[in-house]
Amino acid sequence: MDKFTTHTGVGVPLRRSNVDTDQIIPAEYLKSVARTGFEHGLFAAWRKDETFVLNNPSYAAGSVLVAGPDFGTGSSREHAVWALMNYGFRVVISSRFADIFRGNSGKQGLLTAQASKRDVELIWGVLENEPGAEVTVDLRSKTITAKGLSVPFELDDYTRWRLLEGLDDIGLTLTHEAEVTSFEAKRPGYMPTTTGV
Amino acid sequence: MAGTLAEKVWDAHVVRRAQGEPDLLYIDLHLLHEVTSPQAFDGLRLAGRSVRRPDLTLATEDHNVPTTPGPITDPVSKTQVETLRRNCVEFGVRLFPMGDVDQGIVHVVSPQLGLTQPGMTIVCGDSHTSTHGAFGALAFGIGTSEVEHVLATQALSLTPFKTLAVNVDGELPAGVTAKDVVLAVIARVGTAGGQGYVIEFRGTAIQALSMEARMTVCNMSIEAGARAGMIAPDQTTFDYLQGRPHAPTGADWDAAVAQWSTLRSEDDAVFDAEIHLDAAGLTPFVTWGTNPGQGLPLSASVPYPESFEDESDQASARRALEYMGLTAGTPLKEIRVDTVFVGSCTNGRIEDLRAAAAVLRGHQVAEGVRMLVVPGSTRVRLQAESEGLDTVFTDAGAEWRLAGCSMCLGMNPDQLAPGERSASTSNRNFEGRQGKGGRTHLVSPVVAAATALRGTLSSPADL
Repeated sequence: MDKFTTHTGVGVPLRRSNVDTDQIIPAEYLKSVARTGFEHGLFAAWRKDETFVLNNPSYAAGSVLVAGPDFGTGSSREHAVWALMNYGFRVVISSRFADIFRGNSGKQGLLTAQASKRDVELIWGVLENEPGAEVTVDLRSKTITAKGLSVPFELDDYTRWRLLEGLDDIGLTLTHEAEVTSFEAKRPGYMPTTTGV
Repeated sequence: MAGTLAEKVWDAHVVRRAQGEPDLLYIDLHLLHEVTSPQAFDGLRLAGRSVRRPDLTLATEDHNVPTTPGPITDPVSKTQVETLRRNCVEFGVRLFPMGDVDQGIVHVVSPQLGLTQPGMTIVCGDSHTSTHGAFGALAFGIGTSEVEHVLATQALSLTPFKTLAVNVDGELPAGVTAKDVVLAVIARVGTAGGQGYVIEFRGTAIQALSMEARMTVCNMSIEAGARAGMIAPDQTTFDYLQGRPHAPTGADWDAAVAQWSTLRSEDDAVFDAEIHLDAAGLTPFVTWGTNPGQGLPLSASVPYPESFEDESDQASARRALEYMGLTAGTPLKEIRVDTVFVGSCTNGRIEDLRAAAAVLRGHQVAEGVRMLVVPGSTRVRLQAESEGLDTVFTDAGAEWRLAGCSMCLGMNPDQLAPGERSASTSNRNFEGRQGKGGRTHLVSPVVAAATALRGTLSSPADL
């Protein structure tokens, strides 16, 4: 995983709350067995509407999505994260993220920057005032900057550390393999296995 | 936060705990299906890793499978299913493919085998993994990267969840089912209210529920934003499990039951949050909008957006009414549907089918209504057929199908066409969930059956 220290890109104001993962990537796109190509499914239903924000040329090259609260609710489909990243997004800013979505994002290096509702409104104001304006998200200082505006965001320390260092979760866990083995040795004998009976 | 059921199960699975880091938890059972596993196996292959515990891993085919006889015709679906088959052979994972008597929806398959047991940690690349919490297991959905992680290490790095006690006490009135209970809970808590929490469902009304009904409740914990939902195991749980293929036997059974009996929250356990519902006050509940929290008693009317306090709830409601083609003030019982779906990991088990059949028996599905009845697993299908339920459904004019996720989500041939409106026993009513432009009302099996007979949202009491 690449290190994430700071990112600057066009901000996209998505004035919707409770954006569920069926909207981020509809089920029909989940049939793919690849990890790429999901950009075509990103917000597929909403993009049919020509007034949808991503259909506005000023925002089309956006890489910082700024959304209303409760982003990523519903299904555990990590494809939602892949769709956002395949499209080009590196950061999603919202005042609240659904747990599974937030976790999935952390695994892939999509930064879920949690800012206050008020600050999200302020950022929306800047982006709508000047379509195509860039937003800088600095993971080291945990700040979001857009034109004259500078606001803080939150991310748990552990994920922040992993993203800053570009560390792979599985590699980290395997450094503790001996502890997994010793735990296994102590599991009760009545616990089931999936072996055919 | 001391002494809750969730905490007891969590603590028993900590492999490693370190300051400033998430806990490393051992995973007792990893369930797989074809949609969220391909990229995980690819990741293993690329890194030259194997599945650490194939004997704690089980796969089934469910999301893509057609529920009518014959092969998968959609080439992309076919590839996905064939990929799972190749991966299972290559990595030594047991698989129940289409045509196998043990095949079905993953969250129906594991419990019916007695593989889901109290006190286990159970994960799957599917948010409705919370279903297994009905047994007092800590069970939750994970994304594909975590699927890969569990395949490689049989462990997961997690930060402990907070605990939310949902107490439902009293006796449920006749006609009020587990589905109505959980829809009422979600309406109360909201789709984000449970975020960061594991819900423990408690109280006399919960204890009175059968295992299948408990599974319905825990299944939809995720719709309240919670990561997991649990119900403490008791005699109902032990009676369900005893004799099932993967349940312990002999001395192992006794040892297991002794341990399982300790899996309950202490009397002085402190939860991070707590809510109370009075069972006697509950009624058949349905959703009107485009998220599972937008629900009301069936006797109510489509709400006015202005009636919501929060501005963003008002905007949500306005949008939902537009998408759903509904007018505020319309009694819910006047909403006409063209499709009724009984099935899914929420309500696709034998008791759900019996309940729907009891309503339909001797009657006819209304003109203009298409009804699909989809058993949650092949074994449920065979059980239903041995009880003659299939004949009840087909005599009434409903379609009796093979097991699979079916119309719950638009990934297989069972879908709504744009503008079609369903009464569905599944778990999500998001825009386009059952098919582009499809309109979904979430209901219980008996409401689904009554609706099919009358053509408008109804409960058996309306017949």
